[in-house]
Amino acid sequence: MINKRAASVAAAVADIHDGATVMIGGFGEAGSPIELIHALIDHGARNLTVVSNNTGSGRVGLAALIANGQVAKMICSYPRSTNSMVFPELYRKGCIQLELVPQGTLAERIRAGGAGIPAFFTATSVGTVLAKGKELRSFSDRDYVMEYGLRADFALVKAEKADRHGNLVYNKTARNFGPIMCMAARTAIVQAKEFVEVAGIDPENVVTPGIFVSRVVVVAQPAQESQLVKEGRCYP
Amino acid sequence: MARLVAADVPDGAYVNLGIGIPELVAQFVPDGREVIFQTENGLLGMGPAPVLGTEDPELINAGKKAVTAISGAAYFHHADSFAMIRGGHIDICVLGAMQVSAEGDLANWSTGEADAIPAVGGAMDLVAGVKKIFILTEHTTKAGEPKIVACCTYPLTGKAVVDRIYTNLAIIDVTAEGLAVREVAPGVSFAEVQEKTGAKLTDERQIPKTSGVNKDL
Repeated sequence: MINKRAASVAAAVADIHDGATVMIGGFGEAGSPIELIHALIDHGARNLTVVSNNTGSGRVGLAALIANGQVAKMICSYPRSTNSMVFPELYRKGCIQLELVPQGTLAERIRAGGAGIPAFFTATSVGTVLAKGKELRSFSDRDYVMEYGLRADFALVKAEKADRHGNLVYNKTARNFGPIMCMAARTAIVQAKEFVEVAGIDPENVVTPGIFVSRVVVVAQPAQESQLVKEGRCYP
Repeated sequence: MARLVAADVPDGAYVNLGIGIPELVAQFVPDGREVIFQTENGLLGMGPAPVLGTEDPELINAGKKAVTAISGAAYFHHADSFAMIRGGHIDICVLGAMQVSAEGDLANWSTGEADAIPAVGGAMDLVAGVKKIFILTEHTTKAGEPKIVACCTYPLTGKAVVDRIYTNLAIIDVTAEGLAVREVAPGVSFAEVQEKTGAKLTDERQIPKTSGVNKDL
Protein backbone atom coordinates (compact mmCIF):
# COMPACT_ATOMS: atom_id res chain seq x y z
CA MET A 1 0.00 0.00 0.00
CA ILE A 2 1.22 3.45 -0.81
CA ASN A 3 1.50 5.71 2.19
CA LYS A 4 3.75 8.73 1.79
CA ARG A 5 3.03 10.16 5.20
CA ALA A 6 6.15 10.80 7.28
CA ALA A 7 6.01 10.70 11.07
CA SER A 8 7.62 14.09 11.68
CA VAL A 9 9.35 16.99 9.95
CA ALA A 10 12.65 15.60 11.29
CA ALA A 11 12.02 12.19 9.70
CA ALA A 12 10.92 13.87 6.45
CA VAL A 13 14.25 15.67 5.92
CA ALA A 14 16.58 13.07 7.51
CA ASP A 15 18.24 11.96 4.25
CA ILE A 16 19.11 15.42 2.87
CA HIS A 17 22.84 15.11 2.34
CA ASP A 18 25.70 17.59 2.37
CA GLY A 19 26.09 19.20 -1.05
CA ALA A 20 22.46 18.54 -2.07
CA THR A 21 20.48 20.84 -4.35
CA VAL A 22 17.28 21.78 -2.54
CA MET A 23 14.35 23.65 -4.08
CA ILE A 24 12.36 25.60 -1.50
CA GLY A 25 8.87 26.82 -2.39
CA GLY A 26 7.42 30.19 -1.55
CA PHE A 27 7.15 33.72 -2.86
CA GLY A 28 8.12 35.85 0.10
CA GLU A 29 6.39 34.20 3.03
CA ALA A 30 3.45 32.87 0.99
CA GLY A 31 4.07 29.15 0.59
CA SER A 32 7.36 29.13 2.48
CA PRO A 33 7.64 25.74 4.27
CA ILE A 34 9.04 27.17 7.51
CA GLU A 35 8.74 24.01 9.63
CA LEU A 36 10.57 21.88 7.02
CA ILE A 37 13.30 24.52 6.73
CA HIS A 38 13.71 24.60 10.51
CA ALA A 39 13.93 20.79 10.52
CA LEU A 40 16.69 21.08 7.91
CA ILE A 41 18.52 23.51 10.21
CA ASP A 42 18.24 20.98 13.08
CA HIS A 43 19.40 18.23 10.71
CA GLY A 44 22.46 20.27 9.74
CA ALA A 45 23.19 19.32 6.11
CA ARG A 46 25.73 21.78 4.71
CA ASN A 47 27.14 23.08 1.45
CA LEU A 48 23.64 23.17 -0.04
CA THR A 49 22.60 24.78 -3.31
CA VAL A 50 19.18 26.30 -2.69
CA VAL A 51 16.74 27.21 -5.45
CA SER A 52 14.10 29.64 -4.20
CA ASN A 53 12.60 32.88 -5.51
CA ASN A 54 13.81 34.97 -2.55
CA THR A 55 16.32 34.66 0.26
CA GLY A 56 14.03 34.95 3.29
CA SER A 57 13.45 37.66 5.83
CA GLY A 58 14.45 38.27 9.43
CA ARG A 59 16.27 35.37 11.08
CA VAL A 60 13.74 32.58 10.60
CA GLY A 61 12.96 30.13 7.78
CA LEU A 62 15.18 30.42 4.70
CA ALA A 63 17.09 33.40 6.11
CA ALA A 64 17.95 31.31 9.20
CA LEU A 65 19.14 28.40 7.03
CA ILE A 66 21.46 30.84 5.21
CA ALA A 67 22.56 32.50 8.47
CA ASN A 68 23.42 29.05 9.84
CA GLY A 69 26.05 28.69 7.11
CA GLN A 70 24.36 25.72 5.43
CA VAL A 71 23.90 27.32 2.00
CA ALA A 72 26.86 27.63 -0.38
CA LYS A 73 24.89 28.94 -3.33
CA MET A 74 21.50 30.54 -4.01
CA ILE A 75 19.72 30.32 -7.35
CA CYS A 76 16.98 32.95 -7.22
CA SER A 77 15.34 35.94 -8.91
CA TYR A 78 15.03 38.44 -6.08
CA PRO A 79 17.51 38.10 -3.19
CA ARG A 80 16.43 41.36 -1.62
CA SER A 81 13.30 42.40 0.22
CA THR A 82 12.07 44.19 3.29
CA ASN A 83 13.64 42.70 6.42
CA SER A 84 16.18 40.77 4.37
CA MET A 85 19.60 41.28 5.94
CA VAL A 86 21.18 37.85 6.17
CA PHE A 87 21.78 37.19 2.48
CA PRO A 88 23.02 40.71 1.56
CA GLU A 89 25.48 40.63 4.45
CA LEU A 90 26.98 37.23 3.50
CA TYR A 91 26.94 38.08 -0.22
CA ARG A 92 28.91 41.30 0.33
CA LYS A 93 31.46 39.34 2.38
CA GLY A 94 31.80 36.82 -0.46
CA CYS A 95 30.57 34.00 1.79
CA ILE A 96 27.72 32.87 -0.49
CA GLN A 97 27.38 32.50 -4.26
CA LEU A 98 24.46 33.85 -6.26
CA GLU A 99 23.06 32.76 -9.60
CA LEU A 100 20.55 35.47 -10.52
CA VAL A 101 17.77 34.24 -12.83
CA PRO A 102 14.77 36.20 -14.16
CA GLN A 103 11.68 34.96 -12.33
CA GLY A 104 9.91 33.53 -15.41
CA THR A 105 13.10 31.87 -16.59
CA LEU A 106 13.54 30.39 -13.10
CA ALA A 107 9.99 28.99 -13.18
CA GLU A 108 10.40 27.64 -16.71
CA ARG A 109 13.79 26.09 -15.91
CA ILE A 110 12.19 24.27 -12.99
CA ARG A 111 9.17 23.21 -15.07
CA ALA A 112 11.46 22.03 -17.88
CA GLY A 113 13.64 20.09 -15.45
CA GLY A 114 10.58 18.32 -14.12
CA ALA A 115 9.31 17.56 -17.61
CA GLY A 116 12.57 16.02 -18.87
CA ILE A 117 13.49 18.99 -21.06
CA PRO A 118 17.24 19.70 -20.78
CA ALA A 119 17.18 23.20 -22.29
CA PHE A 120 14.95 25.70 -24.07
CA PHE A 121 15.08 29.12 -25.73
CA THR A 122 13.45 32.28 -24.35
CA ALA A 123 13.38 35.96 -25.30
CA THR A 124 13.70 36.97 -21.65
CA SER A 125 17.04 38.67 -20.86
CA VAL A 126 18.19 38.96 -24.50
CA GLY A 127 20.36 42.07 -24.80
CA THR A 128 21.02 42.25 -21.04
CA VAL A 129 23.93 41.25 -18.79
CA LEU A 130 21.99 38.14 -17.70
CA ALA A 131 22.30 36.73 -21.25
CA LYS A 132 26.09 37.15 -21.30
CA GLY A 133 27.95 33.99 -22.29
CA LYS A 134 24.74 32.14 -23.16
CA GLU A 135 23.95 30.62 -26.54
CA LEU A 136 21.75 32.83 -28.76
CA ARG A 137 19.52 31.58 -31.56
CA SER A 138 17.23 33.41 -33.91
CA PHE A 139 13.74 32.10 -34.69
CA SER A 140 11.47 34.05 -37.08
CA ASP A 141 13.76 37.10 -36.84
CA ARG A 142 13.72 37.31 -33.06
CA ASP A 143 16.66 36.48 -30.80
CA TYR A 144 16.34 33.97 -27.98
CA VAL A 145 18.75 32.82 -25.29
CA MET A 146 19.27 29.20 -24.29
CA GLU A 147 18.49 28.30 -20.69
CA TYR A 148 18.95 24.93 -19.00
CA GLY A 149 16.28 22.92 -17.23
CA LEU A 150 16.82 22.74 -13.49
CA ARG A 151 16.52 19.62 -11.35
CA ALA A 152 17.07 19.10 -7.65
CA ASP A 153 17.77 16.32 -5.19
CA PHE A 154 15.03 17.53 -2.86
CA ALA A 155 12.15 20.00 -2.79
CA LEU A 156 10.56 21.45 0.35
CA VAL A 157 7.01 22.58 -0.35
CA LYS A 158 4.03 23.84 1.63
CA ALA A 159 0.53 22.68 0.70
CA GLU A 160 -2.93 23.07 2.18
CA LYS A 161 -4.21 19.50 1.84
CA ALA A 162 -2.63 16.14 1.04
CA ASP A 163 -3.63 12.48 0.95
CA ARG A 164 -1.51 9.35 1.41
CA HIS A 165 -0.84 9.22 -2.37
CA GLY A 166 0.70 12.66 -2.20
CA ASN A 167 -2.06 14.41 -4.14
CA LEU A 168 -1.95 18.09 -3.21
CA VAL A 169 -4.14 21.17 -3.02
CA TYR A 170 -2.63 24.57 -2.23
CA ASN A 171 -3.94 27.80 -0.71
CA LYS A 172 -4.33 30.90 -2.91
CA THR A 173 -1.03 32.57 -3.91
CA ALA A 174 0.91 30.20 -1.63
CA ARG A 175 0.82 27.77 -4.58
CA ASN A 176 3.48 29.68 -6.56
CA PHE A 177 6.55 27.42 -7.08
CA GLY A 178 5.17 24.38 -5.22
CA PRO A 179 3.75 22.33 -8.12
CA ILE A 180 6.76 22.76 -10.42
CA MET A 181 9.30 22.15 -7.64
CA CYS A 182 7.55 18.88 -6.76
CA MET A 183 7.99 17.89 -10.43
CA ALA A 184 11.66 18.86 -10.64
CA ALA A 185 12.95 17.21 -7.45
CA ARG A 186 13.91 13.55 -7.16
CA THR A 187 12.47 13.64 -3.63
CA ALA A 188 9.67 16.14 -3.01
CA ILE A 189 8.91 16.67 0.67
CA VAL A 190 5.63 18.39 1.47
CA GLN A 191 4.27 19.90 4.66
CA ALA A 192 0.48 20.06 4.53
CA LYS A 193 -1.92 21.70 6.94
CA GLU A 194 -4.42 18.93 6.54
CA PHE A 195 -4.16 15.20 5.76
CA VAL A 196 -7.27 13.72 4.18
CA GLU A 197 -8.49 10.25 3.21
CA VAL A 198 -7.80 9.19 -0.38
CA ALA A 199 -11.29 10.18 -1.47
CA GLY A 200 -10.95 13.51 0.33
CA ILE A 201 -9.75 15.46 -2.70
CA ASP A 202 -11.93 15.51 -5.81
CA PRO A 203 -9.71 14.26 -8.69
CA GLU A 204 -10.86 17.31 -10.68
CA ASN A 205 -9.33 19.55 -8.02
CA VAL A 206 -5.94 17.87 -7.56
CA VAL A 207 -3.27 20.48 -8.33
CA THR A 208 -0.17 18.32 -7.86
CA PRO A 209 -0.76 14.64 -8.70
CA GLY A 210 0.79 12.31 -6.11
CA ILE A 211 3.34 10.85 -8.54
CA PHE A 212 5.43 14.03 -8.09
CA VAL A 213 5.46 13.76 -4.29
CA SER A 214 7.60 11.47 -2.12
CA ARG A 215 6.72 12.45 1.43
CA VAL A 216 3.99 14.30 3.26
CA VAL A 217 4.18 15.53 6.82
CA VAL A 218 1.33 17.25 8.62
CA VAL A 219 1.96 20.69 10.09
CA ALA A 220 -1.50 21.67 11.18
CA GLN A 221 -0.66 25.17 12.38
CA PRO A 222 2.31 26.47 10.41
CA ALA A 223 4.06 29.58 11.69
CA GLN A 224 3.75 32.72 9.59
CA GLU A 225 7.11 34.21 8.68
CA SER A 226 6.03 37.86 8.98
CA GLN A 227 4.64 37.18 12.45
CA LEU A 228 7.91 35.57 13.61
CA VAL A 229 9.90 38.46 12.13
CA LYS A 230 7.64 40.99 13.85
CA GLU A 231 8.24 39.21 17.15
CA GLY A 232 11.99 39.40 16.52
CA ARG A 233 12.31 35.60 16.59
CA CYS A 234 15.51 33.88 15.62
CA TYR A 235 15.94 30.19 14.69
CA PRO A 236 17.35 28.05 16.20
CA MET B 1 -0.25 60.25 -14.27
CA ALA B 2 -1.84 57.00 -13.10
CA ARG B 3 -5.21 58.38 -14.24
CA LEU B 4 -3.84 59.07 -17.73
CA VAL B 5 -2.49 55.53 -18.01
CA ALA B 6 -5.80 54.08 -16.81
CA ALA B 7 -7.66 56.11 -19.46
CA ASP B 8 -5.64 54.27 -22.15
CA VAL B 9 -6.46 50.79 -20.82
CA PRO B 10 -9.32 49.43 -22.93
CA ASP B 11 -12.29 47.42 -21.75
CA GLY B 12 -11.46 43.72 -21.49
CA ALA B 13 -7.69 44.19 -21.17
CA TYR B 14 -5.48 41.87 -19.12
CA VAL B 15 -2.97 44.06 -17.30
CA ASN B 16 0.07 43.54 -15.10
CA LEU B 17 1.10 46.44 -12.87
CA GLY B 18 4.67 46.83 -11.65
CA ILE B 19 5.50 47.32 -7.98
CA GLY B 20 5.15 50.87 -6.58
CA ILE B 21 3.60 53.83 -8.44
CA PRO B 22 2.20 51.66 -11.30
CA GLU B 23 -0.02 49.90 -8.71
CA LEU B 24 -2.03 53.16 -8.49
CA VAL B 25 -3.38 52.66 -12.02
CA ALA B 26 -5.90 50.11 -10.72
CA GLN B 27 -7.70 52.84 -8.77
CA PHE B 28 -8.42 54.94 -11.86
CA VAL B 29 -9.99 52.47 -14.30
CA PRO B 30 -12.91 54.45 -15.80
CA ASP B 31 -16.43 53.29 -14.94
CA GLY B 32 -17.89 50.81 -17.35
CA ARG B 33 -14.60 49.11 -18.24
CA GLU B 34 -13.79 45.61 -17.03
CA VAL B 35 -10.02 45.28 -16.66
CA ILE B 36 -8.44 42.12 -15.23
CA PHE B 37 -5.22 42.54 -13.24
CA GLN B 38 -2.66 39.76 -13.17
CA THR B 39 -0.04 39.48 -10.48
CA GLU B 40 2.87 37.25 -11.44
CA ASN B 41 2.93 35.35 -8.17
CA GLY B 42 -0.14 33.45 -9.30
CA LEU B 43 -3.42 35.39 -9.40
CA LEU B 44 -5.55 36.58 -12.31
CA GLY B 45 -8.31 38.87 -11.05
CA MET B 46 -6.47 40.78 -8.35
CA GLY B 47 -8.77 43.10 -6.38
CA PRO B 48 -8.02 46.03 -4.08
CA ALA B 49 -6.25 45.86 -0.71
CA PRO B 50 -8.29 44.05 1.96
CA VAL B 51 -10.07 45.74 4.85
CA LEU B 52 -7.64 46.25 7.73
CA GLY B 53 -7.57 43.15 9.91
CA THR B 54 -8.70 40.76 7.15
CA GLU B 55 -5.29 40.42 5.43
CA ASP B 56 -4.31 36.88 4.39
CA PRO B 57 -0.53 36.30 4.26
CA GLU B 58 -1.17 33.68 1.56
CA LEU B 59 -3.04 36.14 -0.69
CA ILE B 60 -0.47 38.72 -1.78
CA ASN B 61 0.72 40.57 -4.88
CA ALA B 62 4.13 40.70 -6.54
CA GLY B 63 5.15 43.46 -4.11
CA LYS B 64 4.31 40.98 -1.31
CA LYS B 65 1.46 43.18 -0.09
CA ALA B 66 -1.92 41.76 0.96
CA VAL B 67 -4.56 41.92 -1.79
CA THR B 68 -7.98 40.43 -2.51
CA ALA B 69 -9.27 38.23 -5.32
CA ILE B 70 -12.27 39.44 -7.32
CA SER B 71 -15.15 37.09 -8.04
CA GLY B 72 -14.14 35.12 -11.12
CA ALA B 73 -10.45 35.17 -10.15
CA ALA B 74 -8.06 32.26 -10.77
CA TYR B 75 -4.97 30.98 -8.93
CA PHE B 76 -2.15 29.18 -10.73
CA HIS B 77 1.46 28.14 -10.30
CA HIS B 78 4.49 30.16 -11.38
CA ALA B 79 5.15 28.41 -14.70
CA ASP B 80 1.54 29.04 -15.80
CA SER B 81 1.80 32.62 -14.59
CA PHE B 82 4.89 33.28 -16.65
CA ALA B 83 3.40 31.42 -19.62
CA MET B 84 0.74 34.17 -19.54
CA ILE B 85 3.49 36.78 -19.50
CA ARG B 86 6.11 35.23 -21.80
CA GLY B 87 3.54 33.69 -24.13
CA GLY B 88 2.12 37.08 -25.10
CA HIS B 89 -1.24 36.68 -23.36
CA ILE B 90 -1.07 39.85 -21.23
CA ASP B 91 -2.11 43.01 -23.09
CA ILE B 92 -0.44 45.77 -21.10
CA CYS B 93 2.24 46.02 -18.45
CA VAL B 94 2.87 49.29 -16.59
CA LEU B 95 6.35 49.62 -15.11
CA GLY B 96 8.54 52.21 -13.46
CA ALA B 97 11.89 53.21 -14.94
CA MET B 98 15.33 54.40 -14.03
CA GLN B 99 16.07 55.19 -17.69
CA VAL B 100 14.33 54.81 -21.06
CA SER B 101 16.25 55.32 -24.30
CA ALA B 102 15.16 56.88 -27.59
CA GLU B 103 14.93 53.36 -29.02
CA GLY B 104 12.72 52.10 -26.21
CA ASP B 105 15.44 50.33 -24.22
CA LEU B 106 14.48 50.11 -20.56
CA ALA B 107 16.69 50.10 -17.46
CA ASN B 108 14.76 49.57 -14.25
CA TRP B 109 16.35 46.77 -12.22
CA SER B 110 19.92 47.65 -11.26
CA THR B 111 22.23 50.61 -10.86
CA GLY B 112 25.11 48.29 -11.71
CA GLU B 113 27.03 49.45 -8.63
CA ALA B 114 29.59 46.94 -7.43
CA ASP B 115 28.21 46.46 -3.91
CA ALA B 116 24.51 46.44 -4.87
CA ILE B 117 22.63 43.17 -4.39
CA PRO B 118 21.41 42.30 -7.88
CA ALA B 119 17.69 41.46 -7.94
CA VAL B 120 15.68 41.20 -11.15
CA GLY B 121 12.37 39.52 -10.27
CA GLY B 122 9.97 39.32 -13.21
CA ALA B 123 10.89 42.58 -14.98
CA MET B 124 12.85 41.00 -17.86
CA ASP B 125 10.06 38.47 -18.48
CA LEU B 126 7.39 41.18 -18.54
CA VAL B 127 9.19 43.40 -21.06
CA ALA B 128 10.03 40.42 -23.27
CA GLY B 129 6.54 38.95 -23.36
CA VAL B 130 3.76 41.48 -22.72
CA LYS B 131 2.17 43.03 -25.85
CA LYS B 132 2.47 46.69 -24.78
CA ILE B 133 4.88 48.15 -22.25
CA PHE B 134 3.86 51.46 -20.67
CA ILE B 135 6.31 53.33 -18.47
CA LEU B 136 5.02 55.50 -15.66
CA THR B 137 7.73 57.71 -14.18
CA GLU B 138 8.77 61.18 -13.10
CA HIS B 139 10.30 62.95 -16.09
CA THR B 140 13.64 63.48 -14.32
CA THR B 141 15.49 62.02 -11.35
CA LYS B 142 15.30 63.70 -7.94
CA ALA B 143 18.56 65.46 -8.88
CA GLY B 144 16.96 66.79 -12.08
CA GLU B 145 18.82 64.47 -14.48
CA PRO B 146 16.83 63.27 -17.51
CA LYS B 147 15.42 59.73 -17.25
CA ILE B 148 14.62 59.70 -20.96
CA VAL B 149 18.02 59.50 -22.62
CA ALA B 150 19.71 58.83 -25.94
CA CYS B 151 21.28 55.67 -24.58
CA CYS B 152 20.81 53.95 -21.18
CA THR B 153 23.85 53.92 -18.92
CA TYR B 154 22.33 51.54 -16.35
CA PRO B 155 22.13 47.78 -17.07
CA LEU B 156 19.21 47.05 -19.41
CA THR B 157 16.01 45.21 -18.52
CA GLY B 158 15.25 44.81 -22.22
CA LYS B 159 16.14 46.26 -25.61
CA ALA B 160 13.56 48.16 -27.69
CA VAL B 161 10.68 47.09 -25.45
CA VAL B 162 8.93 50.33 -24.40
CA ASP B 163 5.84 51.50 -26.32
CA ARG B 164 4.74 54.59 -24.41
CA ILE B 165 6.06 56.80 -21.58
CA TYR B 166 3.81 58.72 -19.17
CA THR B 167 5.58 61.36 -17.08
CA ASN B 168 4.55 64.35 -15.00
CA LEU B 169 5.38 66.52 -18.04
CA ALA B 170 4.27 64.59 -21.12
CA ILE B 171 3.02 61.46 -22.85
CA ILE B 172 5.63 60.22 -25.30
CA ASP B 173 5.40 57.36 -27.80
CA VAL B 174 8.43 55.34 -28.82
CA THR B 175 8.16 55.06 -32.62
CA ALA B 176 10.38 53.74 -35.39
CA GLU B 177 11.23 57.39 -36.14
CA GLY B 178 12.09 58.24 -32.53
CA LEU B 179 10.33 59.78 -29.52
CA ALA B 180 7.04 61.49 -30.37
CA VAL B 181 5.38 63.79 -27.83
CA ARG B 182 1.62 63.16 -27.92
CA GLU B 183 0.56 65.36 -25.04
CA VAL B 184 2.06 67.81 -22.54
CA ALA B 185 0.82 68.54 -19.04
CA PRO B 186 -1.19 71.74 -18.47
CA GLY B 187 1.12 74.76 -18.28
CA VAL B 188 4.09 72.86 -19.74
CA SER B 189 5.59 73.75 -23.14
CA PHE B 190 7.11 71.36 -25.66
CA ALA B 191 10.38 73.30 -25.30
CA GLU B 192 10.45 72.60 -21.56
CA VAL B 193 9.83 68.89 -22.10
CA GLN B 194 12.64 68.81 -24.67
CA GLU B 195 14.97 70.68 -22.31
CA LYS B 196 14.45 68.07 -19.57
CA THR B 197 14.90 65.14 -21.94
CA GLY B 198 18.24 63.61 -22.90
CA ALA B 199 17.11 62.58 -26.40
CA LYS B 200 15.56 64.36 -29.38
CA LEU B 201 11.76 64.68 -29.29
CA THR B 202 9.36 65.50 -32.08
CA ASP B 203 6.23 67.51 -31.44
CA GLU B 204 3.35 65.35 -32.62
CA ARG B 205 0.61 66.67 -30.38
CA GLN B 206 -1.87 66.99 -33.24
CA ILE B 207 -1.56 63.55 -34.84
CA PRO B 208 -3.27 61.68 -33.38
CA LYS B 209 -4.82 63.23 -30.28
CA THR B 210 -4.33 61.30 -27.05
CA SER B 211 -4.99 57.60 -26.49
CA GLY B 212 -6.42 55.34 -29.13
CA VAL B 213 -2.96 53.80 -28.99
CA ASN B 214 -4.57 50.57 -27.87
CA LYS B 215 -7.60 50.45 -30.10
CA ASP B 216 -6.13 47.39 -31.75
CA LEU B 217 -6.09 45.33 -28.54
